[in-house]
Amino acid sequence: MTIACGLPILQDQDEHEYGLCDYEGARARWCPGCGDHSILAAVQKLLASEQLVPEQTVFVSGIGCSSRFPHYLKTYGFHGIHGRALPVATGIRLHRPDLTVFVVMGDGDCTSIGAGHWLHALRYNLDIVVMLLDNGIYGLTKNQTSPTTPQGFSTNTQPRGSWLPPLNPIQVALGVTNASFVAQTAEWAPAHLFATLRAAYRHKGLSFVRILQRCPIYAGAVYQNAVSDPARIAMLVHDDGVVVPELDKLYKSQLRHDPHDIDAARRLADDADHTNLGVFFLDPSRPRYEETRRIPPRTATERLALIDAELDRYAV
Amino acid sequence: MSVTTSAAQVLAPPAPSPRAEPKVHRLHEHTVEIVSDAGEGAQKCGQVFGAVSAKMGNGVWTVEIIPAEIQPPARVPEGASGFRIRLGDGPITNWGDATNLVVAFNEQVLLARHRVGALADDAVLLVEDKWATHDDPDIRAAWNSGMAELSGKDYRIITAPMEELCLTLVDDPKKGKNMFVLGMLGCIYARDVERIREQIAQTFRKKSEAVYERNVKLMQLGWTWADEHIDFRIDVPVQVTERELVVMNGNEALGLGAIASGMELCAMYPITPATSVSHYLSEVFEKFGGIVHQAEDEIAAAGVAIGASYAGKVAFTITSGPGLALKTEFLGLAVMTETPLVLVDVQRGGPSTGLPTKVEQSDLLAALYASPGDAPHIVVAPATIEECFHVMVTARRLAESFRTVVMVLSDANLATGVTPFPRPKPDVRWQAEPLDLAPVPDGQKAYAWNAGTGLSQRIIPGRPGGMFTLTGLSHDEGSKVAYSSGIHQKSSAMRSRKLAVLQELLQPPQPNGDDSGELLVVGWGSTKGAIDEAVARARAEGLAVSAIHLRFLSPLEPGLKKIFARFSKVMTVEINYSDEIGDPHITEENRRRGQLAMLLRASTLCDVDCWTRVPGEPLRPGAILGAIRGRMPNGGAQ
Repeated sequence: MTIACGLPILQDQDEHEYGLCDYEGARARWCPGCGDHSILAAVQKLLASEQLVPEQTVFVSGIGCSSRFPHYLKTYGFHGIHGRALPVATGIRLHRPDLTVFVVMGDGDCTSIGAGHWLHALRYNLDIVVMLLDNGIYGLTKNQTSPTTPQGFSTNTQPRGSWLPPLNPIQVALGVTNASFVAQTAEWAPAHLFATLRAAYRHKGLSFVRILQRCPIYAGAVYQNAVSDPARIAMLVHDDGVVVPELDKLYKSQLRHDPHDIDAARRLADDADHTNLGVFFLDPSRPRYEETRRIPPRTATERLALIDAELDRYAV
Repeated sequence: MSVTTSAAQVLAPPAPSPRAEPKVHRLHEHTVEIVSDAGEGAQKCGQVFGAVSAKMGNGVWTVEIIPAEIQPPARVPEGASGFRIRLGDGPITNWGDATNLVVAFNEQVLLARHRVGALADDAVLLVEDKWATHDDPDIRAAWNSGMAELSGKDYRIITAPMEELCLTLVDDPKKGKNMFVLGMLGCIYARDVERIREQIAQTFRKKSEAVYERNVKLMQLGWTWADEHIDFRIDVPVQVTERELVVMNGNEALGLGAIASGMELCAMYPITPATSVSHYLSEVFEKFGGIVHQAEDEIAAAGVAIGASYAGKVAFTITSGPGLALKTEFLGLAVMTETPLVLVDVQRGGPSTGLPTKVEQSDLLAALYASPGDAPHIVVAPATIEECFHVMVTARRLAESFRTVVMVLSDANLATGVTPFPRPKPDVRWQAEPLDLAPVPDGQKAYAWNAGTGLSQRIIPGRPGGMFTLTGLSHDEGSKVAYSSGIHQKSSAMRSRKLAVLQELLQPPQPNGDDSGELLVVGWGSTKGAIDEAVARARAEGLAVSAIHLRFLSPLEPGLKKIFARFSKVMTVEINYSDEIGDPHITEENRRRGQLAMLLRASTLCDVDCWTRVPGEPLRPGAILGAIRGRMPNGGAQ
């Protein structure tokens, strides 16, 4: 697949092919070496490869380094408040099912202050892509422990090391009734990242993608072992999941995992020896909230006639 | 109108009776209540009686008497559940001062009403008599001691064998005593029996024909008993009106108003007393192309409404005090991103969980200022149940036109009060326009603020060429994050100026009473009916008092300072807490005043006094009258 950059290519009078540049917003202001840059590139590539119409695409975020994401894209964007991207995205998708909705959250956003919304959004299973950019640290507020910070890792709020074992976002997501797509990828494996995001986008329902993401300033060590030693990473492969043959040479540990098997998914989520990348679970048959709530629209005139009938019920 | 004939005509054959003709009291108004243990149906009885009275042409205001628990223990005063109906020969705008006739299913719930001073000194009490001779000596003792307590007043107590008679028709008197009472009241107030039958049919429309028949028989039984044993009748003349009326409570009016405004999404989380709006909407909204989304929490409910509004038509969220506290961060976001939102707060007693089912007006300052930072937005308060309907139409339009949050402050009094009002004539223009997805002109900014008004056009996703990212961070016209101080100064001014522009569009309030005088009473929200009644009575006594009632709290209605200057004294009447001069430690300097009083003092620099109470019930006009008399600047002398 080739992706055009530069002037848009007019294929015919009506069809416009969007290139990467069509999705470029403001210049990203993340720190040099931040994993978010790589995720932004993968998302732009996804938008172009799927030819998503910029004005029909909305990126919703909360607060944190990663939540600046929508500013750096040329789609519609809503940069809201800490932990609350999912309710906003729910409102958008519920009222405007014609729009494609992406949610970008950090680990503090998603697994701490917004954890309640996270569980319920998984259960609503609206057709949206939810990206958890998990660097295991609060970056924007400058180096505080997050729920996914590794135990013993020193930060400004827990200088003698994080007290508790980290929360496992994949295991949590797998535990939620009606969750329909749970995957994990890493920003330092861009081909896998792209393939996973594409699978997430193509899935009908809420696609929860945890993206392991390095913060070189405050938490460079968090994923260092996995980055420097590919043997610590295992690829979950399956025709219904993500297969990235070009990574076979680098990541030799390949596990064939049927993503329809929730029990196997849960075992893999607790794998202490490997960081597993791929689709843990998917079930496109689960009910989607916007579809269960779909009702026939009414014009103003139709509504007016019905209101009159409703007032009759209360007539004296 | 003849009071005594209709019963005899309908109930054939009337039992021969040696008694004298009952004495007919022809009155301008009368207040009746029915109280029982929870689950005995007093409320249903009251609702039917109120609806029949309204349909016959009486002015009616009804109030629910609600215990805090769903099924409190039987025969305890705090479990009293019931319904109060104030009838008049003209419009009734509030619940009045005291009950004139009460029907009680046991003496304990009656004592509850007695102890809170709900009953007029000369009230007639109709009480179930079975407790006097109950097998349980504790119950007999409780009855005797209750009767002794009640004997301290000039009440007239009449006992009635309600249960004994109901048992002749049904096995379980819990299912039916309320219809017996309905019949008693129908006889006493000479209600139209056909309308009662219709209303019973309407009330039990989801039940079988047999249930309807049984209830009608029970009603007739009560009617016959009253006809034979009650020696008085109450005649509150009806006014047959040509005007089309509807009768509903304030929460139904809010819901129906939301429908009429064309809004299509209500996001909420269950909370008393706001929730019944969503009960109503959940039943009917989908028919109108709208949905109720029950969110996972109050915060999410606000977020979902904001997300929907951002993407399309203005959405709304409904809550009560504790929920408002949770929504305030989102409120600030909506103000900052200039996302229209209608936020309804059906106020209850606070702080904290407070008085979940009782009325209070103590969220005013929270509604105005609870969001950190400067978050100017519109706050309106309907004063009547009719206004609960229309305020939703206004709120949606203002939210859209001014691209901001409109907060609607209702309260538990309006939420559960029921009264007839002129049938609204919905207009198609009340509804939101279809979504405009036309391309955005080149160079259009996300916030193309008009420097004079602060207004700007909203652009929704789907419009080619828009593709802005709205943000809660301080931002410039292009929605770019502000990194210089000048931008924040300017954008703050733009958001604030919109309120000044709206104020210019409002009319100064018109005093009820003379344009000048000794005392001006200022109210807001559900107290209007009681204040107006109190002012009318005070003026009839010759007191130079007038009243104004504010609907707009932010921006405030214009011209207040000028109006205040024409009165010797200005005083707010509110259902929120304030210190009283004369209380220990309280001075002019440290006195905490009513919330509207604080607001008016700050904005007019007038020495606005306040008379406020938090009784957990609507203010009584008689109590307001007492306050007016007591606060007249020269002792009330003319």
